[in-house]
Amino acid sequence: MTAAAAPPLLEAHRLSFHRQDEPVFAPLDFRLHAGELALVEGDNGSGKTTLLRLLAGLLHVSEGRLLWRGAPWQREACAGEILFLGHQLGQKLELSPRENLAFAAGLHGRRDGITLDGVLDEAGLAGYGDEPVRRLSAGQKKRAALARLLLQPAALWLLDEPYANLDRHGIALVNRLLERHVAGGGAVLVSSHGAVGFHGGEPQRIRMHA
Amino acid sequence: MSGASLPQACAAMLRRDLTLAWRRRGDLAMPVLYAVIVAVLFPFALGPDLALLQRIAAGVVLVTVLLAMLLALDAMFASDIEDGSLEQLVLSPQPLAPMLGMKILAHWLATALPLIVVSPLLAGMLHLPAAAMPALLLALLLATPLLSLLGAVLVALTVGTRRSGMLLALMLLPLCVPVVIFAAGAVAAAQQGLPWLAPVAWLAAALILAVVLAPLACAAALRIALDS
Repeated sequence: MTAAAAPPLLEAHRLSFHRQDEPVFAPLDFRLHAGELALVEGDNGSGKTTLLRLLAGLLHVSEGRLLWRGAPWQREACAGEILFLGHQLGQKLELSPRENLAFAAGLHGRRDGITLDGVLDEAGLAGYGDEPVRRLSAGQKKRAALARLLLQPAALWLLDEPYANLDRHGIALVNRLLERHVAGGGAVLVSSHGAVGFHGGEPQRIRMHA
Repeated sequence: MSGASLPQACAAMLRRDLTLAWRRRGDLAMPVLYAVIVAVLFPFALGPDLALLQRIAAGVVLVTVLLAMLLALDAMFASDIEDGSLEQLVLSPQPLAPMLGMKILAHWLATALPLIVVSPLLAGMLHLPAAAMPALLLALLLATPLLSLLGAVLVALTVGTRRSGMLLALMLLPLCVPVVIFAAGAVAAAQQGLPWLAPVAWLAAALILAVVLAPLACAAALRIALDS
């Protein structure tokens, strides 16, 4: 098996982050291979968002080691391979979903054979593509942000509460995207209180303790 | 998969920020109106003495434009931090400094350029001799981007602090002193019929330095601001 020989996409040894010399979460150990999904579980304030921001490279590792494809984590090494979707959606309210996506494509690149119309359709925003994001509902804003998952090429998705604000169809959309990404050899780290209806095998669980 | 090249990303950044500026164009008019009102106050306060107004015209226009720019500077990264766009920018495969350079350029085009366009009107109201007008415009064309770049570094440093607007003014105004001295010196020399290229050349040299260094400093400051 070549997959077993390949180093994990992401590997953490005794990883922790300190805010003002106080650890935000207890040291974590986990490995995430390509084609795997991991759930980050924990109560409010247990550091789920902090962990995802840390893995995205927005925060600096305080203790422990973080490896990317077997080598110590470096910004240059994983530039463009990580897609982080946080609570702040990164959508400009004055722009339409289409304009926001076009900007994201200009910044991060786009997958081959993907059109903005196709992405908007699949995200359930057909007919709202040219409406300013300000006028969309909270769920539609979330869908506009999730549309980036369809657009951008990335090996690892870091999704912070991807189900928040979504209706039943939206949740089904997220599950569909997750399954497709994992089936295509991508890896996902999802933080969520809600149940994840993932049908691609039992996901790994990363338990957070404050 | 097709990655985005740097020129493409820069173009996308510039286009997005200019589109945003256009959608918020009500905000853009405010610094211009502010500058006009402040400039109009001077003749009321000092009296309609032609010689006096001629002498202070260039200085008044320069300081007015500077203060008007300060009003708009605060907003340079504020909305990007609020809505998470800055995180996405930092996480993109593009080098951060040139992207921030594009943001600063868009900000300058949207706020300083309208001020430069109305500045002949302000100078005319204060009876600045027509002979000194080219020197004033050239000085403004070099001084305003310099202020945008210096201001951007300070905005990046004060991001996340409370009352950052006031702090920003206190930090930026001392840095403006040399810029104002050289810009006013050029216009004063032109008014007296003396050669005025030397102070303008100094401004240009400082601008070139700032174009190279300010985006790098900005990028470092914003990474630190996000890392908490």
